[in-house]
Amino acid sequence: MDKFTTLTGIAAPMPLVNIDTDMIIPKQFLKTIQRSGLGKNLFDEMRYTPDGAEIPEFVLNQPAYRQSQIIVAGDNFGCGSSREHAPWALLDFGIRCVISTSFADIFYNNCFKNGILPVVLPQAAVDHLMDDARKGANARINIDLENQTVTASDGTSYGFEVDAFKKHCLLNGLDDIGLTMAKASAIDAFERKAAVTRPWA
Amino acid sequence: MTAPKTLYDKIWDDHVVDTSEDGTCLLYIDRHLVHEVTSPQAFEGLRMAGRKVHAPEKTIAVPDHNVPTTLDRANAATMTEDSRIQVAALDKNARDFGINYYPVSDIRQGIVHIVGPEQGWTLPGMTVVCGDSHTATHGAFGSLAHGIGTSEVEHVLATQTLIQRKGKNMKVEITGSLRPGVTAKDITLSVIGATGTAGGTGYVIEYCGQAIRELSMEGRMTVCNMAIEGGARAGLIAPDEKTFAYVMGRPHAPKGAAWEAALAYWKTLYTDEGAHFDKVVTIRGEDIAPVVTWGTSPEDVLPITGAVPAPESFSGGKVDAAQRSLDYMGLTAGQKLTDIKIDTVFIGSCTNGRIEDLRAAAAILKGKKIAPGMRAMVVPGSGLVRAQAEEEGLAQIFIDAGFEWRLAGCSMCLAMNPDQLSPGERCASTSNRNFEGRQGRGGRTHLMSPQMAAAAAVTGHLTDVRELV
Repeated sequence: MDKFTTLTGIAAPMPLVNIDTDMIIPKQFLKTIQRSGLGKNLFDEMRYTPDGAEIPEFVLNQPAYRQSQIIVAGDNFGCGSSREHAPWALLDFGIRCVISTSFADIFYNNCFKNGILPVVLPQAAVDHLMDDARKGANARINIDLENQTVTASDGTSYGFEVDAFKKHCLLNGLDDIGLTMAKASAIDAFERKAAVTRPWA
Repeated sequence: MTAPKTLYDKIWDDHVVDTSEDGTCLLYIDRHLVHEVTSPQAFEGLRMAGRKVHAPEKTIAVPDHNVPTTLDRANAATMTEDSRIQVAALDKNARDFGINYYPVSDIRQGIVHIVGPEQGWTLPGMTVVCGDSHTATHGAFGSLAHGIGTSEVEHVLATQTLIQRKGKNMKVEITGSLRPGVTAKDITLSVIGATGTAGGTGYVIEYCGQAIRELSMEGRMTVCNMAIEGGARAGLIAPDEKTFAYVMGRPHAPKGAAWEAALAYWKTLYTDEGAHFDKVVTIRGEDIAPVVTWGTSPEDVLPITGAVPAPESFSGGKVDAAQRSLDYMGLTAGQKLTDIKIDTVFIGSCTNGRIEDLRAAAAILKGKKIAPGMRAMVVPGSGLVRAQAEEEGLAQIFIDAGFEWRLAGCSMCLAMNPDQLSPGERCASTSNRNFEGRQGRGGRTHLMSPQMAAAAAVTGHLTDVRELV
């Protein structure tokens, strides 16, 4: 997994609330057995007509936003299914950070496994950053994970909360399976005890 | 004397392997369910790292999302190339890693969340995960069950644990009894309508109250199944005599002395008097009506007696979202819900693909025909549900009414197989999500109970089932 430390980039404004995982990556693209290559189908049904032509009004099709690395989104982003194809598609497109007032739990977790930082901020802050994002390439938003800040192009800075362990893994690009396997003796001990207390499990 | 605990607290505490200084826990997983869509990259990850499946005996796989449900599916040509590759990958991974497996050819094959309970893999007090958000279904047994992403699937395969932080406790109490014609589906949709799709974010919901106790296990699974649509990763219901009766004798349930020991433990699985909930929602069972969704979010719920709402009646970002929903759904504010014409009826899914659901729909359809021009299909949740429905004569009722009688799978719930809506096609569906494009690009989904879907099939429009019985 790629590290996430700081990021300064163009943010795409997506004010719609409840952007769900079926919108982020429709099911016909879940048939892949790989993690890569989904970026071209990110937001597929909002982005392309049924015959595959780009819909010019869609934000990521606009010249100013083709290089977006950040999305500023409406409330409850990523609701719906557990498909990790959603963060895979975002990452493959080049998105490394999503900012919203809230995220669905499973999507939120999945982001951290893929080097994407989901940032939760209050409504007023998201509104300000949404306005900033509407300026396209004329505004760059800065995210600093170490210091837990998001800074708008006018210098307004917002602090955000992030779980210490998730932050550590993201800053260092750590594979958490490796970290857990280092605790093998604790897992073995648990299994020995459970074999006595809950043998049917 | 220890502090009173919720059911969630108890299950959590019994599964903590390790707690870090910052409060992050390593949680032991008792059952890992696997399907073909969210697992290939996880198995590939194991191979690349030279890792094994830590507990293959606790890992259960079944293909369900891609599989065709038509009677000719043994013919490989009924699957698209990419679907075939994905199912073949699961066949191979199950074989290579030695996990429990129900291939497409096995009568026990079906939707993973129906197969787990049916085979007795899901037991009270367990932790259950699957790379699928509707894993919440298994919470009906008083097990802590939730969906995970593919990276976490790989983590559980490799270590039988998950890195977790504990969620908050939320209580949803449904008091009193349901009125006739009102079902578990109406409970779960009404709760989402009341709390919103983000109302449960960060929480584990415990459903309780008389109306929940009065539900069958099938109904309880329907309620817990849609906890995720309310934003909660997991929903659970304390086990009781109905739970134990359902579990007893299932192929993988404990037997003999092990059963007695398990039962003694399961009887401790309830929320203690005075335990703390961070959020409480109470709904009177008598106040719940048969409901349908009108929009493209599961929170867009109204009693069937209602009318399509005006976007201006909402506030904040929901105003634009509601307008977008009405445009997508081809509806106008003020239109009576019962005036909405239906093209297609889908009965099935992990929400409503169990035997009781089929009985309820068949009871409405008996001796009736679907409306002219209607496309209607029943997709049983498993091969065993299908066999039982045939034995009980339900299949013949569906066939006589004009329904297609299909083989088991996820089917049109998410339309990864050929069962899809065309643009503009309007569906009365017993599934769980009405998102844009969910059942096929441009398809229009109205969620409802099996009874209500059957009623719509007969009349050709959204219908109050209470008028047909």
